[in-house]
Amino acid sequence: MSAHAADAVIPHTVEPHPVTGIPNGKFGIWLFLASEVMLFGALFSSYVLIRTQAPHWPPEGGLSSEILNVPLATVNTAVLITSSITMVLAWASCKMGRIDRFRFWMGATVALAFVFLVIKYFEYTHKFHDGHFPSTNNFYAVYFTLTGLHGLHVIGGIVVNTFLLTAGTRLWKTDRDHFTNRVENAGLYWHFVDLVWIFLFPSLYLL
Amino acid sequence: MSASKTHGHAAHGGHDAGHGHHELPFWRKYVFSVDHKIIGLQYAVTALVFLFFGFTLMMLLRWQLAYPGQPLPVIGKLLGESAMPGGVMAPEFYNQLGAMHGTIMVFMGIVPLAVGGFGNYVVPLQIGAPDMAFPRINMASYWAFLPGGILMIASFFLPGGAAQSGWTNYPPLSEVTQTPGQTVWLFAMVLLITSSLLGSINFIVTIVQLRAKGLTFFRLPFFVHAQFVTSFLLLLAFPPLEAAAVMQIMDRLANTSFFLPAGLVVSGEQWHAAGGGSPLLWQHLFWFLAHPEVYVLILPAMGIVAEVIANNTRKPLWGYRLLVYSAIFLGFMSFVVWAHHMFMTGMGTTMSTFFQTTTMIISIPSVVILTCFIMSLYGGAIRYTVPMLFATAFLPMFAIGGLTGLPLGLTASDIYLHDTFYVIAHFHYVVAPGTIFALFAGIYYWYPKVTGKQMNQALGKVHFWLSFIFINGVFMPMFFQGMAGLSRRLYDPTIYAHGRAIQGLNVLISWSAWGLALAQLPFIWNFFASLRHVKVAENPWQSTTLEWAAPSPPPHGNFVTPPVVYRDPYQYSEPGRSTDFHPQFAREA
Repeated sequence: MSAHAADAVIPHTVEPHPVTGIPNGKFGIWLFLASEVMLFGALFSSYVLIRTQAPHWPPEGGLSSEILNVPLATVNTAVLITSSITMVLAWASCKMGRIDRFRFWMGATVALAFVFLVIKYFEYTHKFHDGHFPSTNNFYAVYFTLTGLHGLHVIGGIVVNTFLLTAGTRLWKTDRDHFTNRVENAGLYWHFVDLVWIFLFPSLYLL
Repeated sequence: MSASKTHGHAAHGGHDAGHGHHELPFWRKYVFSVDHKIIGLQYAVTALVFLFFGFTLMMLLRWQLAYPGQPLPVIGKLLGESAMPGGVMAPEFYNQLGAMHGTIMVFMGIVPLAVGGFGNYVVPLQIGAPDMAFPRINMASYWAFLPGGILMIASFFLPGGAAQSGWTNYPPLSEVTQTPGQTVWLFAMVLLITSSLLGSINFIVTIVQLRAKGLTFFRLPFFVHAQFVTSFLLLLAFPPLEAAAVMQIMDRLANTSFFLPAGLVVSGEQWHAAGGGSPLLWQHLFWFLAHPEVYVLILPAMGIVAEVIANNTRKPLWGYRLLVYSAIFLGFMSFVVWAHHMFMTGMGTTMSTFFQTTTMIISIPSVVILTCFIMSLYGGAIRYTVPMLFATAFLPMFAIGGLTGLPLGLTASDIYLHDTFYVIAHFHYVVAPGTIFALFAGIYYWYPKVTGKQMNQALGKVHFWLSFIFINGVFMPMFFQGMAGLSRRLYDPTIYAHGRAIQGLNVLISWSAWGLALAQLPFIWNFFASLRHVKVAENPWQSTTLEWAAPSPPPHGNFVTPPVVYRDPYQYSEPGRSTDFHPQFAREA
């Protein structure tokens, strides 16, 4: 709290700017997502380049859908999409002034994120158990690097959402709009993490 | 130990007592500060230290180039047997010096000084904001930068030393080099990139959302426009390098093959990786960042030069809107020229033609900007202050750097000049007597804003003239070396006959570089000694822009009353006024 007292008063932290129509935080998160698009865009482009110049993909023969576990990944896709829905419901609860419902839906979002990671853990260990590592060939290198970086983003989302669920909720008592904005921004990030997976799933597992 | 502790405590207590109970503790005010001015100063001072360190590396390297194979007196012994056995520079150490000089100057020197330092300090003031939009993210940005920088320098002390595959770190060389320095380079870069990303988000939001009342986009000083475009370049160009760094880290630590081709043979043995990757992929990702990076280096410098020229010619900038449109166009175009660094990779004539064409197009806005500056000088009553000396020197220096780039952007002449000293001369004319001179102009120009004191002008002139002479002594001969065919990164320039014929130039360059170092002594003295000068007037340069509406140094929150903007940024020498400057913030007509 003392940190707040030390800050100069910054305009448009909560109330939207008359021209852009959004507060600072939301603008910032969109810019951050733009840079994330460039990060994953570069990785996807590299994947395309490596794959198109390979004589056969996957290099060991067969099909991606036979090597990777499509049913588990399908479940994971459903888990992440559901968590995006619960995230929206958590934000809507704030908008309606229902902090109790917010706690429920945000808790559900964090729980679903953990479910995603647990399923991913089983996928990874199964690959390791079969002797498939990032070094095996570039198919696995791409698979582990892209899903691994996505997994780090999921963990980042868990950290942010858990903060909003615990210590961060204190802001609700002093400034409801500010807190609601933060939930919305965390939601934008979370939908982006979801969206990256929507691209990863077909391009790695199905194609 | 206990003595120093007591001392720290006493100083701390006295500080609090002297400034009343609103004062923050020392570590909150100067270390983990959220105030854009303190963060700007932290960036600027750290970057100046790194710049000097990077320059020192090059001064060492210049010994080997001037006197290849001869022991370096005194200093050679001090650097130890692994780096300089018997005082003679080891080839590995030579490579480390070259790679780290480039990395430090670009990523830890110029960008943090131009964007982190000047941008942080000046932009909120020039737009009339109390601070940056996200003060704590601003703090996080500096505290990602500093560990990144320290990590980078600390890699010199690892077994095998620092990264040694050039600042571009092309694989497979950078990946088959097994020293840990390269891995540390990658991790340090991830920290530096993170710092830039956080900073760029902050700048864009601040400039869009926090401008003072009446400050429309076309009333912004050109410096703010330059920082705005720069921030977009940092935001969108850096992530691909981060992706590339992640992949190279995977290649090095998890033994993947993103950048390693099939059937790679190193020292006569099959390399222990699956292969199937592409070394050229790294070059594409690297230059996708590093070409926009060139404009990250030059745009803030142009911004500073614009401020100083308008102020010292006492007339409005010629073609202000043209400057703004050119800067934006430059920003867009900088994303589609990167492969002109790769004409020698055999990428095919269609691709070469495309990138050759875009490269010729991007030179147009650069020339427009330079022309606007030169036209601004025309008919002005020029005050040759120290900042103005540096700013006017920027114009021919940047022009030489820019125009000598054209032969490199054309495939036919690039085939001959590629990877010679000509390239080094070209980009150093852009960033050393170009950008760094502009940054010096900025330091002399805004010193009274930051400290309330004026720097000594006579010492400043000594600093300027000596630097100007020596820096041309360093870089001008490199054009001739390059045209004579001397390769860059060559450990021993006399190894080939054509190099031996022009070895005298290397001696001239090295002595100029050491002279350039001596020329910085008046600056360093001036920088610190001027802190004890008497306070000058609030607006010593009689400037029109908003940063001079705040007290010097500005207090926390910057402005005593929120400023309102009434007019364009450079209203100098308006007919019929008693003063020759009409500040943006002055209410009366």
